[in-house]
Formats: sequence, structure tokens, C-alpha cells
Amino acid sequence: MAILTIKDLTVKIAGKRVLNGVNLEVPEGETHVLLGPNGSGKTSLIMSILGFPSCRIISGKIKFNGTDITTMPIDKRTKLGIGVAFQNPPPIRGVKMGDVLRHLAKGEVDEIKLAGTTNIPVDFFNRDLNLGFSGGELKRSEVLQVLAQRPSFAIFDEPDSGVDVENLEVIGKAINEFLKGRSGLLITHLGHILRYVKADVAHVMFYGTVACSGEPTRILNQIMKQGYKWCERCPKVRRLR
Amino acid sequence: MVRTMPKGKKTALKAMRKPAAFGPDLNLAGFRRKARPWPACPISALPKEVTQKALEAGVKADEKGRAGMYFQVDYSVVLQTIRKTFEGKVDVMSTPEALEKYGWVKDYWWKIVDVSTDKYTALAELKWDKGVFIRVRKGQKVTLPLQACFFISKDGLNQNVHNLIVAEPHSEVQLITGCTTHRGVQSGLHVGVSEFYVGEGAKLTFTMVHNWAPNFDARPRAAALLEKDATFVSNYVCLRPVKSLQMYPVAYCRGANSRVSFNTILYGAKNSYLDVGSKVVLQGKGSRGEVIARAIASDNAQINARGLLVGEHEDSRAHLECRGLLLSDEAAIHAIPELLGKVEGTELSHEAAVGKIAEEQIQYLMARGFSESEAESLIIRGFMDVGIFGLPDALRDEIKRMIETTVVRAL
Ligand SMILES: Nc1ncnc2c1ncn2[C@@H]1O[C@H](COP(=O)(O)OP(=O)(O)O)[C@@H](O)[C@H]1O
Ligand SMILES: [Mg+2]
Repeated sequence: MAILTIKDLTVKIAGKRVLNGVNLEVPEGETHVLLGPNGSGKTSLIMSILGFPSCRIISGKIKFNGTDITTMPIDKRTKLGIGVAFQNPPPIRGVKMGDVLRHLAKGEVDEIKLAGTTNIPVDFFNRDLNLGFSGGELKRSEVLQVLAQRPSFAIFDEPDSGVDVENLEVIGKAINEFLKGRSGLLITHLGHILRYVKADVAHVMFYGTVACSGEPTRILNQIMKQGYKWCERCPKVRRLR
Repeated sequence: MVRTMPKGKKTALKAMRKPAAFGPDLNLAGFRRKARPWPACPISALPKEVTQKALEAGVKADEKGRAGMYFQVDYSVVLQTIRKTFEGKVDVMSTPEALEKYGWVKDYWWKIVDVSTDKYTALAELKWDKGVFIRVRKGQKVTLPLQACFFISKDGLNQNVHNLIVAEPHSEVQLITGCTTHRGVQSGLHVGVSEFYVGEGAKLTFTMVHNWAPNFDARPRAAALLEKDATFVSNYVCLRPVKSLQMYPVAYCRGANSRVSFNTILYGAKNSYLDVGSKVVLQGKGSRGEVIARAIASDNAQINARGLLVGEHEDSRAHLECRGLLLSDEAAIHAIPELLGKVEGTELSHEAAVGKIAEEQIQYLMARGFSESEAESLIIRGFMDVGIFGLPDALRDEIKRMIETTVVRAL
């Protein structure tokens, strides 16, 4: 059975059509990769899956574990088992990272141990969430929060962007370990994280829709070699323009 | 025979019609000047409704954990005590008593607060209703806080206190002051003149909590003078509705390496009008100032959060940080930070931000499994994070608790 099913999803943000008939299905237990150039709508898709009110659904459906969640509030979706490591998390002054982690861990997992696996020093627990975090720290902190939350379906939005080699390895290994026996969606612009994370299917987004899907290594190798220009020559993508 | 009036009284009389620089002008005739005297008694003998309200303003009813205490109800001093271990090290008494007892006290009286500032200072001179005198002797470190409470028991009453706090060289003390009213009190006017003298190398931490009533007016007038290496920390907390509150205390960092910090937490609810600021005047070499303010306005509240940093010495530095959070469309917060550099080399800076809770912050926290209201409380609690004030643990926890019971619960 599919854990996530998206049917003909069209979404506007601030009056602009950012998703245009997206179809996507992630079967239970699989990890899919979402590739695509900047601005193709990857983050918008994630925000729509989560139910951010800024994403106005024009048409289509989102189903999670068979339940229609298209109009569900964010926190309800979270409770059903969706977790996201955000690409650009907002700083929140005075809200301590440790408090959020403890809320997510519910005493069922050891957040201090998890912090170790994501290379987050424990003194970060007393810091204001995302305030003054470096690029790498932001990514690691997002991954740590998803690890503490333990969603059945985990989404990682560009966890590898702007991250140095050491951080990439830490993040990649943590995500890979976490996704064993779970389902996930991994967004990556350049595919660096795939050095560490095993994925089952790759999708490429273009102009707000999923233009093609296939075997991750094959698609990635082409993109690596020729960039997204390779995709632009694809008749399917040209038709979208 | 022509009777001459003391100079202070004459000046005061002239200022009786002078409105304050800020805040709504009050008709002083609209308040009562008669209250029945309260007999002196141990705190345990005070009515429960008095001690309960005092406790909410940070004043403990048992003397445990406090070095000494002063309790004034209306115009009567109900209690002034000092713990045995601190006898001879600290004085706690009413100001009229202190003026009588020590000849030198008059040298500190109306010296840094000008009696002709406005009609409220004038009123405090002409209709003076006692106040607390605290003197910590040279080199004495008072390890437990002292506390003072100003209580108004009668509706419509006007209470004008004049306090004097002297921290002698190299002494250290923490003073907690709670000002509040009986629950039957709707309106009234409290004027509080406070003069703080922080001697060389001394450290004075002053925390004032105001819990007034929705139709009550308050006009505190305070100034502090800091000698060489002195530290003055002033914390002000006002979380309950008040009709109008206007204050703009000033600290003169006269001595070299003197340090002042003003921390202010305001929660304006209902129709509250708060006009609160802090002034720092840097006069000594190496003097430093810090002003931090957090203001939340809900319902129809209006808050003016002021700040003024004056640099008069080339080697001086101060920073002002003011953040305001609006919880309703009808509420308004006006942050008014001002910097006045009088010499080259002084470093003055400020940051101010006023806005509503960012939707994206709420949504982000909801994506972490918090409900919408949990997310809001978390953000507001975080906004009022007193951890940054560097307070003693017990005091920090107490203020946290006040924020929890008034602000967070009100959501
Ligand atoms: N709040 C917004 N207001 C206006 N346009 C937006 C907003 N959010 C996203 N967009 C637009 O939607 C498109 C897709 O953006 P995004 O989903 O972030 O792309 P990606 O994650 O693939 O880089 C872009 O053209 C972007 O400018
Ligand atoms: Mg993106």
C-alpha cells in the first residue's frame, strides 16, 4: 500500500501557481528522491503535504495511509506520522531547542543520545531555536528533530545544501539509519546526500510538476553529467513549458 | 511675622500644575487623601487577602528567605523588620524615621530626582506618605533579598511615597518591591519617588513588581547615582491591567567603570496605557549601560516603550534592545529608542522590533507536533524569556511563574 498518494495537485502561493497537477506515490517502506532545479516547486510540494495555509489548494488530493488529509490542519498531519526537516527553518527567539526536542521525544527516546548521532553539542539544548545557527547546524538540528519525532514518513528538504563534507557524512548516515524500515521523501538539488542514503525511486520536478520518475542512480548520473539541461531537452519537460 | 517656607515646598508648589512630560495628565483632585491608620503587626497577622495580593507581587508573607522587610498599607507602616543576622549591617525603616535618625540622610533627599519635575514629584513633596529607607553598610554583603511592599487598601486613594536606598561602598544587596492593591480597589493614584545611591564597588539589584487595578494610575519617579565600579540592576515587571502607568527612571553612571542594566517586562491587557522607559547617562570613564525591554500588548492596550542612552564620556558604551509583541489588532506598541552622543568615542546602539507573532513560527512548531495554542504559548513564553536578564535563580523563577500565571494563562 502507498503511504503517500498525491493526485493532480494544483497549488497557488500568494496568487502564483507553484504546483501544477502533481502526481506522486510513495509505497510503504520505500524512500523516494525528489530532484529538480531551483524554483521547480519541491519545497512548495512539501509545504502542501504538511498543510501550510499559504499553500492554497486549487485542485487535487493528498492521501496519507489511505486517509484524505488535503484539508487537515498541520498538527493533525504531524500526529498521523508526517515529519519534515525544513530547508529554511525560522529562528524563534526564546524557544529553547531542548524544549522542542523533549516534546518530540516524549521520554520514549533519549534526545541527548540522538544529538550525539547528529553531532549537535548538548549545550545547544539551551539555545534559541535556529537563532544564529550556522548552515550546517541548521541542517543537523532539523534532522535531529525528525529523529526525535520518529515519524512513519519522514521528509528531508535539501539536507545537503550548503553543507561541508564532514557534515554531509554525519547527516547522510543519520538519515540512512533512520529511514531503515520507514518511508521517506528526500529532496536534493544536486544529489550529494545519495552517497549515504539508499533510495528506491527518483522523481524530477519541473515547472511545478513531476516530469519523470525512474531509477535514482541512472537519473542522477545524467543530471550530474549534463545538469538539468539534460532534462530540459526531454520532450516531456518541453511540453510543460 | 512672615513665615518662610522651606525651599523644597516652594518649588513643589510651583510645580503642582505642571503636567508630566509623558502620559495622560491626571486630575489630582479626583483622588482621596483620607485613609484609616493600620496598626503595626507581624506579617502573619495581616489579613489573608492582603498577603495573597502581596505574594502575587513577589512579596513573601513568611520571612523565610528574606533578610528584612518593610510593609506599608496606605499611609501606615505596618511592619519593618530585619533578620537578626543582618542587624547592624542593614537599616530598614520608614523614610521619615530615617530623616529624623540620621542627619546625613537629607543630603540624599531630592538630590537626583528633581522635586519640580512635574506635578507628581511636587505631590510627593507636599503630600508625602512615608516610604522605605534602606541602607546597607560599607562592605556588607546581604545574602538574602530585602523586600518592601506598598499596598493600597482603599478605593480611590492617592498614596505618595518617597524611598531612599543607599548601598554603601563595596556592599551588595538585592531589593524586591511589590506594589499592589486590595481586590476591592478599582481606582487610585500611586506616586513613588525613589532615589538610589550605589557607592563605590557596590552592587544593588532592584526588582519592582507592579500589580495594579484596571482603573488605577501610577507615576513612579526614580533615579540612581552610580559611583566608581558600582553596579545597578533594575528589573521592572508589570503584567496586570492598569489605567495608566508612566515612568522613565534614569541612572547616572558617574563613576568610572560603573554599570547599569535596566530590564523591563510589560504585559498590557484590556485598556491599559503604559508609557515606560529607561534612561542611562554615561558620565564615567568605562561606564556601561544596557537596557532590555519586552512588551506584549493585547486587547486595546497601548504601550510606549522608551529608551534614552546619553554618552557623555568618550570611553563609554551602552546598548538598548526593545521588542514588542502585538496580540490583537486593536493594541499598539510604540518603541521609541533614542541615542544622544555628546562626545566622540561613546558607543551607543539600539535595536527595536515590534510585530505580531510570525505565522511561519506557529506553523513550524505545529509541524513539530504542537497544537496551534501550544505553539503560541511557547512563542510568548519565549518572548518573555527572562533568562537573558542574568537574574538570581530564585527571582528568575518567581518572575517566570508570574508570567506563567498572568500572561500565558490569559491566552
Ligand atoms: N511565499 C511565496 N510567495 C511567492 N512565490 C513563492 C512563495 N513561495 C514560493 N514561491 C515561488 O514558488 C516557486 C517554487 O518555489 P519552491 O517550491 O521553493 O522551489 P524549490 O524548492 O524547488 O526550489 C518559485 O518560483 C518561488 O519563487
Ligand atoms: Mg526548496
